[in-house]
Amino acid sequence: MPLLEVKNMSHDFGGLRAVSDYNLVVEPGQVRGLIGPNGAGKTTVFNLLTGVYRPTEGEILLEGKNIVGLQPYRIASMGLGRTFQELRLWRHMTVLEHVKMARYSKLGYGLMGAFFGTPKRHQKERENESRAYALLEMLGIKQLSDQVVTNLPYGAQRRVEMARALAMEPKILFLDEPTAGMNPEELIQMMTIIREIKDRFGLAIFLIEHRLRMVMELCEIIQTLVFGKVIAEGTPDQIQKNPKVIDAYLGTETVE
Amino acid sequence: MAENNGDGSVWMGTGQILSRFFSPIPLLGWLSGAVIAVFLEHVIGNSLAVSLGLPRIPVLFGFVIALKEPMLIPGAIAYVFLVYVIPICIIGRLGAPVTNLVAEKLLKLPLFFSVMVHVGIFYGILHFWSDISPYRVLTLKLTLIAVMMTLSLNVINGYMGEFSCSHPGFMALGAYATSVFTLVFFTKDRIFGEPLLSPALGPYMFPLALIFGGLVAALGALVIAVPSFKTRGDYLAIISLAFMFIVKSMIENLEVVGGPRGLSSQPNWANLPTVFIWTVLCVWIINNFVRSTIGKALNAVRDDEMAADAMTVNTRRTKIVAFLFAAFWAGVSGGLFAHVLRYVNPSTFGLQKLAEVLAMVYFGGLNSVYGSIVGAVSLSILSEMLRPLEIFKWIFIPLLLILVMIYRPTGLIAFKEFDVRSIVHPKKRNEE
Repeated sequence: MPLLEVKNMSHDFGGLRAVSDYNLVVEPGQVRGLIGPNGAGKTTVFNLLTGVYRPTEGEILLEGKNIVGLQPYRIASMGLGRTFQELRLWRHMTVLEHVKMARYSKLGYGLMGAFFGTPKRHQKERENESRAYALLEMLGIKQLSDQVVTNLPYGAQRRVEMARALAMEPKILFLDEPTAGMNPEELIQMMTIIREIKDRFGLAIFLIEHRLRMVMELCEIIQTLVFGKVIAEGTPDQIQKNPKVIDAYLGTETVE
Repeated sequence: MAENNGDGSVWMGTGQILSRFFSPIPLLGWLSGAVIAVFLEHVIGNSLAVSLGLPRIPVLFGFVIALKEPMLIPGAIAYVFLVYVIPICIIGRLGAPVTNLVAEKLLKLPLFFSVMVHVGIFYGILHFWSDISPYRVLTLKLTLIAVMMTLSLNVINGYMGEFSCSHPGFMALGAYATSVFTLVFFTKDRIFGEPLLSPALGPYMFPLALIFGGLVAALGALVIAVPSFKTRGDYLAIISLAFMFIVKSMIENLEVVGGPRGLSSQPNWANLPTVFIWTVLCVWIINNFVRSTIGKALNAVRDDEMAADAMTVNTRRTKIVAFLFAAFWAGVSGGLFAHVLRYVNPSTFGLQKLAEVLAMVYFGGLNSVYGSIVGAVSLSILSEMLRPLEIFKWIFIPLLLILVMIYRPTGLIAFKEFDVRSIVHPKKRNEE
């Protein structure tokens, strides 16, 4: 059974068909890429799969269960983690608090524990904290753990987002342009991190990216999305040679 | 220019000397200084006041007479220095080695024990301080109630970042529910007649009455929460404001509870220890809540709801729970309020109350337990001080609020964690 399966998903914004007849199969441990020009609907696809929007038509199956119409937090706790293109961090919270927060659904104590500070709560919070520290160490930002995120450099903020998404223990991780705005050095570091988390956690990754080099190096199968439609799907080599992709994504303009 | 700098650095220098002088004093040191000061006031307070030309002991550190009789200000200041400031500073500093040692010993025991010792001493100080005059007792009780109100509103407006205006409404619900509970069951009165249960049982059942008041307020909160937390935005502000007016006019038109004339002859059970214990309980529970990951989810919802949702936080439930929780404490504080004054009427819980509690929250600081305590205490004192101005005090308090908003937009002490362990911790010497 595939980990994530999308069948004939379409979505309309008013009269505009933003995504039409989208299909996807992700096997466990696979790295998939989604590329396409600006405004092609890539982030909309992510938002549909994570439950932010409800698709107009179609089915989304996560481990065989239909997740259409579920609240985003439910889908997230079923094992679908994500990062955001525009870095949605909580600006008054520290790095450690970010990572601890992502385990909200796995806290293991309830409201009474929160109100009265029961021993069980303290024990669970300590466990949560040590997991969080381990993740931060892996991503190389442990020394920043009690900093408020707004004080951090951009690259570190990206890592915080990654750590936060991993803390949920997802089965599949959605990365929305994880290297947007990064310099070449940070880009290489981010690629190393993505490879490392894939190997260490054995999770599937679904990646939106603008930088072709990164997608070509990381992904096993790539889809190209133009105006909400998948125009090509295949291995990096096939995609690079596909005339439709070159036409739509890389442009037809010849050098004069 | 050199002179200007010189002036500044003199101030800076004084500040540094002062902070170096006082930094080794642990909380226990300050408390022991205050114990001595309060004791001193009991012994020599009256004679000292007379010799300084004051008619009696200044009830609220001289704040109350500041506007009534400005000629007495120097005497009041001298009194405050002689009785409070100087003894507290000297004893705090001289006793620092001893109190640090004691604090260290206490910390080896469970934290709970250490905290109880501090809270106990603090209560002793308040008790003996307020023993001087009934006015002090009343002001102290109302201030403690204001702390509960402010803190619970801070959960919504600060920690959760929504704007709720319904706190006076919750307080009214709590006040009336608690009053009806005690009047029906334990008191003989005009409206409800003979008590249903033995009045002797009453004082033991008073906590139950307060919890009942809190629950009724939380039920009222549910009415607001269900429609307004489906979406984000200004809905809550408008719906909650409407709710406040609905509660007020509903009570005004309910003859069963006295209508606009109000309810009176509540039993005198809200004595200082009761109010103090409930306030400590409120601070403790709210602080526990906001420091847990479940409570921190409120901050996540405030800072970025979409991200919170994507990180498995059930945002709607989080918001509703926090809202009901805050309303519960507002209800409890209302119940205490009714039993402190032993009279409530609906007009108490109107716009003016709202302005007062909002001012306390925003003045003290958002997202901070410290801030709420500081805000509630300082505005309560200010409000007592400005009492001779009557209605004109409502020019000064908003003005102050505007100034705070301009210079410190999130309030005096915002976004600071209230960590009990570090508060009771002994202080290390700077030199070492």
